[in-house]
Amino acid sequence: MLSIRNIVKQYAGHRALDDVSLEVESGKIFGLLGPNGAGKTSLIRIINQITAPDSGEVYFNGHKLNQSHIERIGYLPEERGLYKKMEIGEQMIYLARLKGLTRDEATTRLKHWFKKLDMETWWKKKIEELSKGMQQKAQFVATVLHEPDLIILDEPFSGFDPVNAELIKDEILELNRNGATILFSTHRMESVEELCDSIALIHKSRKILDGRVKHIRNSYKNETYLVEYTGEQLTFDGSQPFEVLSEVAGEDNSNTIKIKLSDASANDVLQYLLPKTRINMLQEVIPSMNEIFIEKVNLIA
Amino acid sequence: MNKVLLIIQREYITRVRKKSFIVMIFVVPLLILGMSALIAFIAKDSMEISKPQIVKVIDESHLFEGKLKNAKNIQFIPTNEPVEKAKEGLKDNEDLSVLLISKDYAHKPVQFFSKKKPSFTLTGEVENQMNEIASTNTMLANHIDTALLNKAKKSKVSVNAMEVTETGTKDANVGPSMMVGIACAIFIYLALFIYGAQVMRGVIEEKTSRIIEVIISSVKPFQLMLGKIIGVGLVGLTQFTAWIVLSIISTKIAGHAASGPGSPMGGVLETLQTIPFGFILGCFLFYFITGYLLYSALFAAVGSAVDSETETQQFMFPITLPLLFTYILSVSVLFRAPDSPLAVWLSIIPFTAPVAMMVRVPFGGVPDWQLGLSMFMMIIGFLFTTYVAARIYRVGVLMYGKKASFKELAKWFFYKE
Repeated sequence: MLSIRNIVKQYAGHRALDDVSLEVESGKIFGLLGPNGAGKTSLIRIINQITAPDSGEVYFNGHKLNQSHIERIGYLPEERGLYKKMEIGEQMIYLARLKGLTRDEATTRLKHWFKKLDMETWWKKKIEELSKGMQQKAQFVATVLHEPDLIILDEPFSGFDPVNAELIKDEILELNRNGATILFSTHRMESVEELCDSIALIHKSRKILDGRVKHIRNSYKNETYLVEYTGEQLTFDGSQPFEVLSEVAGEDNSNTIKIKLSDASANDVLQYLLPKTRINMLQEVIPSMNEIFIEKVNLIA
Repeated sequence: MNKVLLIIQREYITRVRKKSFIVMIFVVPLLILGMSALIAFIAKDSMEISKPQIVKVIDESHLFEGKLKNAKNIQFIPTNEPVEKAKEGLKDNEDLSVLLISKDYAHKPVQFFSKKKPSFTLTGEVENQMNEIASTNTMLANHIDTALLNKAKKSKVSVNAMEVTETGTKDANVGPSMMVGIACAIFIYLALFIYGAQVMRGVIEEKTSRIIEVIISSVKPFQLMLGKIIGVGLVGLTQFTAWIVLSIISTKIAGHAASGPGSPMGGVLETLQTIPFGFILGCFLFYFITGYLLYSALFAAVGSAVDSETETQQFMFPITLPLLFTYILSVSVLFRAPDSPLAVWLSIIPFTAPVAMMVRVPFGGVPDWQLGLSMFMMIIGFLFTTYVAARIYRVGVLMYGKKASFKELAKWFFYKE
């Protein structure tokens, strides 16, 4: 869908993007991660053709990015904003027409969306009369009204209350099921694990990690397991085939230990523990994206 | 191109629909109507005596007795009443006044009592007659033949300024031309300022509300800037058209009321009609449009460089300086010397030409080559500023929280896409 190749973007004082390449697969949800100031917004602006890279190319469905692609991209910037004094219905139609829709098309689709998101009574309201959450909802509609193939969302959940965040999340998933490719940048790692098929991590203008979320998390496994057992608290004398990282006593006489294996397998652990206690659970610890994010970023900083 | 039209449409419609726009359309001609009515009223009131006035004359010197002649609506009645008693009668009669001439009238001022402040026409008439009588008296006292002297004084020369042109001579009365010239200068100066500032405010609004990023993910920054400039410009033209139409109607009405026979305003209105308004209006439109394009592009660039209106000061000053400078020169110097080298130069430099040329045009006689060169320079000028402004604008609208300096703007100009 979107192929970003060796993008370099230089600003007067610093290099915002340094040889960044990415592949966004069609029909997938792609997460663009990175700390503040990493270069995410610069990259998103290049994809939106708001700015041009100094070198490198962007391909959209195999064609070099050009003006005709603008109508097939929907963009929700991090800093939201609409004309404050304009009526919301009129404004949505204006924005959709700038993306190439006719007035009639825009009106029909807008009515559909307003109904879907319970916004029907807002049509004649001015933006300044709406609450911040309502404005965000309106802006989301403006982003997707022209049914873009690629939807770019910069921090889409910021500013929403949990109920509306859930609503928007469902809408994003539905748009994705209907064939739209989603590229979104976020700091909220739990939403990355929940939504994204693939991610790229950008730090200090460089891409430092990318791939499928599952693969990345699995590749960061480090032989750590959680074991929960019921019975008297065990004491370890050093003959056990693992290293105990932490111990937590739970309710109902249960205990949880976090262990790290060196040479042994999970089977060896079970064999060692079975005669000693009653095992409720043995689970491999897969690092969260949050942990990986922090680890990678700190490593380079 | 289609998208630019959409932007123009939005800019135009949102502004024209505002209540303030509709109010302004009617308020300004009403003001003009009110002002011209007021001027006509004042002129009429001070020049004419509308009701018969009776002047009681107490002549202690006895030199003027029987010599004051009744004039139109003025009747002189000699009386021997003491002053205090005569003044009593004034309290309940507005059209009565008392003229007190003391014995030593040459050294002690002649006094004129009335309930209201008397009009200049009345006191002027009294003064004229008294001077005439007094000088006749003096001449008689010195044995000068007044009849001979009066005959000798009776020559009336009036200078009629005629301008020689290729088509013959024409009346070169400069008064009305001056008025129109200054009016044009003020008008175009205000117009460039008001609509330029509107463009700037529009840009700042888009930037501070952050909608700019959404818009320029759909259109190029230049298209947005162009759409805004043209949209606001059309609003200006609409407003002017409405004003001109309404003003013509209102001055027609006011003129009708003011131009009774013998009215002093009638003369001014008559000479005003000799001025080629069609040509001036054409020039005005040309210089408004090109001057507006030139300045509004710069205003747009300023708007893009700042985060709020309060920060615009440092950039506004150098931009508005040439305009302000020509404006002040126009209303103080240029209108008196519309063909001086200074006026010619100022009317050719694009930044000052709209105001300077509009002062010169109503006088007529601007050589064709100067007008042509000036217009050509205007077109070059606005193309140039639009190019410069667009390059600053495209970078500026995406810059937040950075205090822009002129150095910064120059840097933006040289940025690649």
